Amino acid sequence: MNRTFAVKAIALTIWGLLLFSPFLFQEVRQVEVAARIAVFIVLVASYDLLIGYTGIVSFAHTMFFGFGAYGVAIAMKQGDNTWGFWILGTLAGVLVAAVVAVLIGLLSLRVKAIFFAMITLAAASVALVLASQLSGLTGGEDGITYRSPDVFKSANKLLTDEEGKVLRIAGVRMNGKIAAYYFVFFTCALMFWMMLRIVGSPLGTVLKAIRENEARTEGIGYRVVAYRTAVFVIAATTAALAGAVYATWLKYTGPDTTLSFAIMIDILLMVVIGGMGTMWGAAIGATLMVLAQYYLRDLMEVAAAATEAIPLLPVLLSPDRWLLWLGIIFILLVYFFPAGIAGTIIRGRKS
Amino acid sequence: MNIVERFGGVFLLPVAIAIIAFVLIGAPSSWLTLTVAGLAMGMMLFLMASGLSLVFGLMDVLNFGHSAFVSFGAFVAASVLAYFGGWLGSDSIVLNIMALVFAISAAIVFGAALGWFFERVIIKPVYSDHLRQILITMGALIVAEQLILATWGGTPTNVPRPQFLEGTIIVGGSSLEVYRLFAFVVGALVYAGLYLLLNKTRMGLLIRAGVENREMVEALGFRIDRLFIGVFMLGSGLAAMGGAMWAGYETLITPALGAEMMVIVFIVVIIGGLGSIQGTLLGAIMVALMQNYVGYLSPKLALASNMLLMMAILLWRPYGLAPAVK
Repeated sequence: MNRTFAVKAIALTIWGLLLFSPFLFQEVRQVEVAARIAVFIVLVASYDLLIGYTGIVSFAHTMFFGFGAYGVAIAMKQGDNTWGFWILGTLAGVLVAAVVAVLIGLLSLRVKAIFFAMITLAAASVALVLASQLSGLTGGEDGITYRSPDVFKSANKLLTDEEGKVLRIAGVRMNGKIAAYYFVFFTCALMFWMMLRIVGSPLGTVLKAIRENEARTEGIGYRVVAYRTAVFVIAATTAALAGAVYATWLKYTGPDTTLSFAIMIDILLMVVIGGMGTMWGAAIGATLMVLAQYYLRDLMEVAAAATEAIPLLPVLLSPDRWLLWLGIIFILLVYFFPAGIAGTIIRGRKS
Repeated sequence: MNIVERFGGVFLLPVAIAIIAFVLIGAPSSWLTLTVAGLAMGMMLFLMASGLSLVFGLMDVLNFGHSAFVSFGAFVAASVLAYFGGWLGSDSIVLNIMALVFAISAAIVFGAALGWFFERVIIKPVYSDHLRQILITMGALIVAEQLILATWGGTPTNVPRPQFLEGTIIVGGSSLEVYRLFAFVVGALVYAGLYLLLNKTRMGLLIRAGVENREMVEALGFRIDRLFIGVFMLGSGLAAMGGAMWAGYETLITPALGAEMMVIVFIVVIIGGLGSIQGTLLGAIMVALMQNYVGYLSPKLALASNMLLMMAILLWRPYGLAPAVK
């Protein structure tokens, strides 16, 4: 019990740090990292609903993430940067995600898990190709830049002092940027909390039962296909919402930020590092991985420069080889720590 | 329905696709060009996909890293061909063929060796655990792709073709590329070889029995796991061969080749049904014909059309058209 508490404490500390991060870390890049962590925690947690709790392997999670992001992006670009269009775009994205998820789910969740993995992979690659081909709508490879709602403009004064200037609290300007950050933070925290509730609900118990023994769950009287499709839709819509939030924060949507296969691999890594089947682990995995993405590359660059005199090393340490190392770490993790950080802490050393 | 069954049942589907396309395209000469291109591509896809299908059928192992063999095959063949550049340019057909044989054999040997490594080091520890299998082979794919990127660089690599395979033949007003005909013939020969191996030899008998019921064959005293590594190496060698042929077909290859082919190969095995080479051939031909016809009729839909084809077939037959395992 204490060990579960330790994991929760770590995850809650992360959320706490995220809550105060605009005040703790004032550089632009650090706030960027914090927002990315918040969004990816939700994305990874929703993916964990599939892979960790239900035992479904999907490679289409970035596709759903992309639906939400492109929904907002297209609505803001074609329409205007008002909340009306934001809601319209988000709803459209979520709706498309839900419909596609139902279609894929009903079509292929009844067959073997492995078929499902292959089908989602195919669907995701079709979505990626479509996004780059329908360049009139999606901006193709370049993506779309647009303006977010006026509240989030950095020129917007949220709070003012007596002279009418932007109020500073603890040295931080209360402008639109801060509003945007807290928008991201609170929507993500809300979604994370909802997923925690889902996992703890009777639905979550059935999902775990399906993961453990599908035939038996069916035998007890639960329609496995219906439950699987339901959780797939829940995960897909959550991912789409996370995409919409991220698109609002970035004010740019393109294949590289939402749809690409590289992000799918990131999500997989985050889930495995954090620990499959623990919502709290998702928070840990996402945080570590995003931090590594932002700061380890810099470190690799320094290391490559430092070892320039030695033959092979700088080639291996060059930041371009980043994915190579990630892949190797990933394989080793799946071999030796399939339970991830959270799972290893909870279970202790024995297993 | 009985008549359809007697003449081949689902194996008539490619013919049906070809006939529909003939009506839609209207011009017999372009139809013939497209059909030959489709058949050639189908044969190369068959080479790439057959191993994946057999390995899954025999051992219930799905290798998401399978396309790594395809890309390694392509790049190894490209390097060997570039090395023998002088032979390729010469008019002597013997030297041409020798260079080609060297390139393809190098690809096959490399693919088989890589397959051995994959099976022993990466997949063996996670037999019978699908989730970890998918994750680990995916990781292996990333590493393989990065290794290719590190070795051959990110810029597209040029693949020289032997002199005698350049050019086109004109048949009844439509021009047919020699290389496509060559690819079709090679693919058909490999298919025939595989068919004979599986249906006329003792080893083939064991493989088919193993696909059908592994425990039973093991209970009868045969070492399926030893057989399995053989099949795995054969499959990866064939995938590398497919990659080598594909490299010559495209003449310009990038490290992203494996990832691009992976999706198509998956669609092929899903459509065909896992575990049987007949099914894989059927799936490969259908996907390739579809891709070429739709690519001509409305280019933007080419990949999506295969996806739709797969969805339709899954609705009709959830395990694919001609599966050996259920």
